[in-house]
Amino acid sequence: MTSALPEWLETRQQAAKQRYEETPKPKRGDEQWRFANIKQLNFENLSGEAGEVDQADLIKRSTGLDQTVAKFVFLNDEVISAESSVPEGVICLPLAEAFTKHPELVEKHFMQRETLLGSAKYAALHEASVKNGLFVHVPEKIEVEGTIEVHHWVSGGVTTFPHTLVVTEKSSKVRVMDIFRSVDEQTAGLAIAFNDLCAGQNSSLDYIALQGLNEVSRIISINETSTHRDARAKGFILNTGAAWARNESLSRLEGPGAHSDMLSVSLPDHEQEYDQRTHQHHVSEGAYSDLLYKNTLYGHSKTVFSGLILVDEKAHHTDAYQTCRNLMMTDDCEANSMPGLEINADQVKCSHGSTSSQISDEEIFYLQARGIKSDQARQLIARGFSVDVVQRLECEQVESLILRFADEKFARAASV
Amino acid sequence: MSFQETASAVLDEDTQDAINIDRSKGDFKFPERNKFDAGWGLSSKTVDYICDVKQDPDWVREFRHKALAVFESKPMPTNWATKDLENIHFDKIRYYLSDGEKPKRTWDEVPPEVLETFERLGIPEQERGFLAGVEAQYDSEAAYSNVKEELSKQGVIFVTSAEGLKEHEEIFRPYFGKVIPTGDNKFSALNSAVFSGGSFIYIPKGVKLKQPLQAYFRINSESFGQFERTLIIADEGAEITYMEGCTAPKFETTTLHSAVVELVALKGAKIQYITVQNWSSNVFNLVTKRGLAMEDAEVRWIDCNIGSRLTMKYPGVVMKGKGARGEVISIALANDNQHQDTGAKMIHAADNTTSNVVSKSISVGKGRSTYRGQVFIPKHLKGCKNNTECDALLINSKSRTDTYPAITVKGNRHATQHEASVSQVSEEMLFYMQQRGLDEGQAMSLAVNGFINDLVREFPMEYSVELKRLIDLEMEGSVG
Repeated sequence: MTSALPEWLETRQQAAKQRYEETPKPKRGDEQWRFANIKQLNFENLSGEAGEVDQADLIKRSTGLDQTVAKFVFLNDEVISAESSVPEGVICLPLAEAFTKHPELVEKHFMQRETLLGSAKYAALHEASVKNGLFVHVPEKIEVEGTIEVHHWVSGGVTTFPHTLVVTEKSSKVRVMDIFRSVDEQTAGLAIAFNDLCAGQNSSLDYIALQGLNEVSRIISINETSTHRDARAKGFILNTGAAWARNESLSRLEGPGAHSDMLSVSLPDHEQEYDQRTHQHHVSEGAYSDLLYKNTLYGHSKTVFSGLILVDEKAHHTDAYQTCRNLMMTDDCEANSMPGLEINADQVKCSHGSTSSQISDEEIFYLQARGIKSDQARQLIARGFSVDVVQRLECEQVESLILRFADEKFARAASV
Repeated sequence: MSFQETASAVLDEDTQDAINIDRSKGDFKFPERNKFDAGWGLSSKTVDYICDVKQDPDWVREFRHKALAVFESKPMPTNWATKDLENIHFDKIRYYLSDGEKPKRTWDEVPPEVLETFERLGIPEQERGFLAGVEAQYDSEAAYSNVKEELSKQGVIFVTSAEGLKEHEEIFRPYFGKVIPTGDNKFSALNSAVFSGGSFIYIPKGVKLKQPLQAYFRINSESFGQFERTLIIADEGAEITYMEGCTAPKFETTTLHSAVVELVALKGAKIQYITVQNWSSNVFNLVTKRGLAMEDAEVRWIDCNIGSRLTMKYPGVVMKGKGARGEVISIALANDNQHQDTGAKMIHAADNTTSNVVSKSISVGKGRSTYRGQVFIPKHLKGCKNNTECDALLINSKSRTDTYPAITVKGNRHATQHEASVSQVSEEMLFYMQQRGLDEGQAMSLAVNGFINDLVREFPMEYSVELKRLIDLEMEGSVG
């Protein structure tokens, strides 16, 4: 496959490799890594050996939505299954194929922005190492009904570089869902994932990531979303798995009327750490962004949320909102919130809020009075707390899949 | 202040004139007549010079030298703070200037130009009016320090820090540098090395001061650094309100003000510390302020920042005893070429401690205001609560505001909430007021005063009137 890579990509990969080597590793005291556990960036302990996998069995295990418009299964960045019935004109291909079949189109959108939220070094490593992923291009006025579902399996102690590049042209529509999982429960793997989302004028782009790696693996996932005039982009992240997950989501609002929703539900337990950094970057005037992140913390888990609403000088008439809520389920969990605002424009409506609290005894008592046991009551309230975010996706099928993943986690958290 | 009064205050020409005189109120200076001058730049020689002039005890000399080493070893905090800090040239600053006189107990003994300085700033008048005691600092040393006789009889100590560390070592030393250790940050280390002036206050058990104590800090000399050091100890059940004001003439060169203020509120004590900061726009104001609140004690910082080129100030409260309470009320007004980087630090270190932060900032013209906050609640505690509210008002299209809070909560027995909003005076609001006969400037001024009104009320009467006037003044010409 590598022999057929277009020249521009080879050049960029070489440059990226150099950038990776030259960029210093994040260290304590870096503002973008405040409260972070820098030790998680020591990747030397990975075994480097891909495990033995029964591919047919893995394809069977790759369950998601009942109905999909396309479904891909990747094992350590290799395609092991691909089905697609996307409308004519829509490109929906593994990235490795797209590199050679649609080089210009891919080049135009592939990793065009600087990574600003702290993982520039790992974005460079991703760019230098990426082999595969998914490329979706929806031409003007085509609406893809349903969901494109992509399974990314990590097997063994390897590093994978899954990439998702989605481009919607004017007045088009698509929804893409990535599901990250580990083949087994005991081998520590690493995923350095990147997704580029580009919502063209008046288009609608939904992106959903379900992260359910095993609890010894780690993941860095970097998201770059550009939303153009009157377009609507929705990004959703569910974190249930991994020992450590770092999500960096940057949404650029590039045209008036652009609308970006940034959503996340995280359910950490045991020693899990989720570190989420976000930017709502209002480049254009008259755009709207709304972020809602909710964490329900069990065990000794820890979350970091650092969000910034950045309103550029000319981005007047901006509406931007940001909310991070932490539900503390045990006495040993820890939530760090850094909701930030940088406003350089006028006629702006911005707000952010962050709360951390536990379920009140009254709420439990209320449910107990109705015959629900206190354990169940707690789970019910925690679920309701998360459902609120999931419902913002406005697609029943997708919502119920996300809740299926979430419920599995709730059940495990409750059983300990 | 009623609607009518505000309207007429802006309308009336006489008032305008009065305001114009007021604008230059702090902007005057007298020739320097320093007997002691540590010269330019900072080295261990400077520290020794200060020690010699002040006749510091050996433990203070040692403390200063250690602090200097810490200052030199610490980098500028530009990894998170503004790059403007790089414009401070530590070798182009004079670290100690004084006329060698001891602080006077009556204004009559104060040298004439120093007296005139404080007369023009209205200090003796205020003292007669509503203050229990005053300390007035001129460059490095206090020129005047007095407290009402009946208070001294009750055992209230209100002296300069130099006097405190010599005359009251047994109370001073155990707390000095304990709330804010030398190495807390680069500027607390700098202060620890070269501190001079500031107050030492001790309020004995159960004594409740009805009137505030006041300190006024005046910089007269160019390219000077003022490093006062204040330590206030309120013994069990004591109550005190302390106010500080400050001004400096406007110079072309930069002036540095870097204070350290430590408050200790023992069981059940209450300390309220009020600052109205109106430095001229060439002053870097980099101040470390922190209070320690023991069981059921309360520390309140009421902070208003109007002046300076760059202010970095995050008053903090360490709630070390059960049921302790911390509060920061902050108003910041950033005008053209000003950066008000203010905030609050709330460290919960005991059960059932509560903290409250309310911050309002206004950015006018090209002004920039920043809120930085830290709230920390460790896991072994229960029943801790924090509430934080930050509201920012942007007046012009070039105005800028940032908010960077950091909240850490461990465990499930606490509650925190943080809220921030950014808004501006809407066209509709201005239009509504203009329809009722106000011009645009008056309407804007009224809206701004409305925005901060609930916080202004937290200041003592005399200050809140002054504050509203200052804000009217700063807002002048900000429209159109």
